[in-house]
Amino acid sequence: MTVVAQTAGRRPEGVVRRLAGFLHRRPRLRLALLLTAPLLWLAVLYLGSLTVLFVSAFWTTNSFTSEVVKVWSTDNFQALFTTPVYRQVILRSVGVALAVTALCAVIAFPVAFYTARVARPRWRPLLVVAILTPLWASYLVKVYAWRLILSQGGLADWMLEPFGIGGPGFGLPAAVLTLTYLWLPYMILPVHTALGQLPAHLLDASADLGARPGRTFRSVVVPMVLPSLAAGSIFTFSLSLGDYITVQIVGGKTQLIGNLVYSNIELNLPMAAALGTVPVVVIVLYLLAMRRTGALSSL
Amino acid sequence: MRLTRTLQVAAAAALLLAATACGSSDSGGDAATGLNPPDIKAPTKLGKTEGAVNLIAWAGYVEDGSNDPKVDWVSDFEKQTGCQVNPKVAASSDEMVKLMKTGEYDAVSASGDASLRLIASGDAAPVNTDLVPNYKDVFPDLKMQAWNSVKGKAYGIPHGRGANLLMYNTQKVTPAPTSWAAVFDDAARYKGHVTAYDSPIYIADAALYLKATKPELGIKDPYALDQKQFDAAVALLKKQNADVGEYWGDYLKEVSAFKSGDSVVGTTWQVIANLATDEGAKVKAFVPEEGSTGWSDTWMVSAKAKHPNCAYKWLDWIVSPKVNAQVAEYFGEAPANAKACDMTSDKSFCTTYHAGDTAYWKNVAFWNTPIEQCLDGRTDVKCVPYAKWVQAWTEIKG
Repeated sequence: MTVVAQTAGRRPEGVVRRLAGFLHRRPRLRLALLLTAPLLWLAVLYLGSLTVLFVSAFWTTNSFTSEVVKVWSTDNFQALFTTPVYRQVILRSVGVALAVTALCAVIAFPVAFYTARVARPRWRPLLVVAILTPLWASYLVKVYAWRLILSQGGLADWMLEPFGIGGPGFGLPAAVLTLTYLWLPYMILPVHTALGQLPAHLLDASADLGARPGRTFRSVVVPMVLPSLAAGSIFTFSLSLGDYITVQIVGGKTQLIGNLVYSNIELNLPMAAALGTVPVVVIVLYLLAMRRTGALSSL
Repeated sequence: MRLTRTLQVAAAAALLLAATACGSSDSGGDAATGLNPPDIKAPTKLGKTEGAVNLIAWAGYVEDGSNDPKVDWVSDFEKQTGCQVNPKVAASSDEMVKLMKTGEYDAVSASGDASLRLIASGDAAPVNTDLVPNYKDVFPDLKMQAWNSVKGKAYGIPHGRGANLLMYNTQKVTPAPTSWAAVFDDAARYKGHVTAYDSPIYIADAALYLKATKPELGIKDPYALDQKQFDAAVALLKKQNADVGEYWGDYLKEVSAFKSGDSVVGTTWQVIANLATDEGAKVKAFVPEEGSTGWSDTWMVSAKAKHPNCAYKWLDWIVSPKVNAQVAEYFGEAPANAKACDMTSDKSFCTTYHAGDTAYWKNVAFWNTPIEQCLDGRTDVKCVPYAKWVQAWTEIKG
């Protein structure tokens, strides 16, 4: 009797409680309510825009007015595979992304090794902050700074002059160099974390068993850090593959996929969409390859 | 889980449906493929101003003092006519064409590589020049040209013009060049330090050079190239590409490249040459003996203008002597109005920019839109349309 009176007196709470009970008995409905909003976000905004991109790649344009004509055709993809210049640019872009990733890995490892294991523990957080500082500056400022460094009679020329050689000038090497500088922190951070978590007793054990430093490095350190190198490479690879501004500023006359998309976006939107699917496909393939190294679980 | 998957599929399907539904509504563009513009009537007299006008313009053409308090020719217009100006700055000719298609704008400052497209698709209306009193003072060689009139009907009011010049570093390029050969046949001498304008319309520069050096190709108009002539121009540019250091699209990038010596010879605009000289670069810019390409901008009125009276008031205002002088000096181009030359703050401005120099402009082939029907009047061949120019430009850069 008293229970009934209480619930009658405080009706709102009764409704809430009944709802809670209802949901408690139906875990699936609970899950659905919880996930609907984020999943809609993912499906509509993220996958939806990718779908629209892919679908519009099958349209064509009126050659005079550049208006999109919504007639189904595979011409754009045919052009993508048969035109030598597109093939060349795609290969070049993938090459640049791979080169930037390799350079980042080679530079990041010793830096991370120093910040995570050699430097005094109380300096370590400061060093990490120092590595992150370039990320606080604007992307454009950094790239224009590199334009000044690499220009005729700039810092690069001045530093290399005593050795009888000039700087690389503007071009593909300059673009790779600048992109490496831009994305290096994204590679150092995961490697730093992995090296920091490397148990010291494993290194001691390796030494006790008679391994020299080189052997310890190859057989203990590298296998344990490899997944985080791969994780860092996902950042450097995908960021380099999509970049088109750096190459415009320091790349001389070089074109990458991003530049082709940019130059088509006004006049031939469907072709731009077809070109835009290329990096998506390449990155999906790259992620699948990286998954085998266990990199995705150490992100 | 099944529920969420259904939701995902449903959402994706709904989105696709929406995308295709939006698409089917606009399909009017196909009708206009040649230069038979739809018959749109120009107004015969002006009515009351509507209180506002929406403009599409190049950066620096519609300045209301918000970028630089000293640069303002919009406020007085608003006070005098009561038309509130809403400017939209477009970065390229293609963007202008796109914006005009929305029908939300009343007037546009179109370059020659956009104007014909706007006329052909019926987005721009003919202009009754009698309703623009200042039109009478516009230089005669700017009136009724291929890029601002069709079949004797005017489609706009000339705003100003400029030539694409050959600029060179006076210390590194010796002897001083006299011909475009410096960036084509002799480009190898400055390997890696040659520059060129980064746009498909630059193919016309190569055609202009071939017109003078390879008469057997029979090029009359660099914007009307049949397949053979076009292939020759593209081949020349592909050869040039080996010696190009970088292409420039952003004019400040070219200023910095000439200042540092990364570029020593290449195509330019007068305003870039002035800026580079001001900043201490040892450069000279001139029109080579073959002549050159150039641009001539036209204020056009939209066929769907909601504020046509204010748009006409603006057309008259922007070519009035004082305002035309202001905008030409600010942007760095030759004014369209002959009387503007007395109003410039720099008295030698019109001489520097060759404003009234008819002989100078005779050698300038102004930007035009290449279309299938050859602009030079040939009917026995088909010319290469602009879309193909865009594709070829990608291939040239490789």
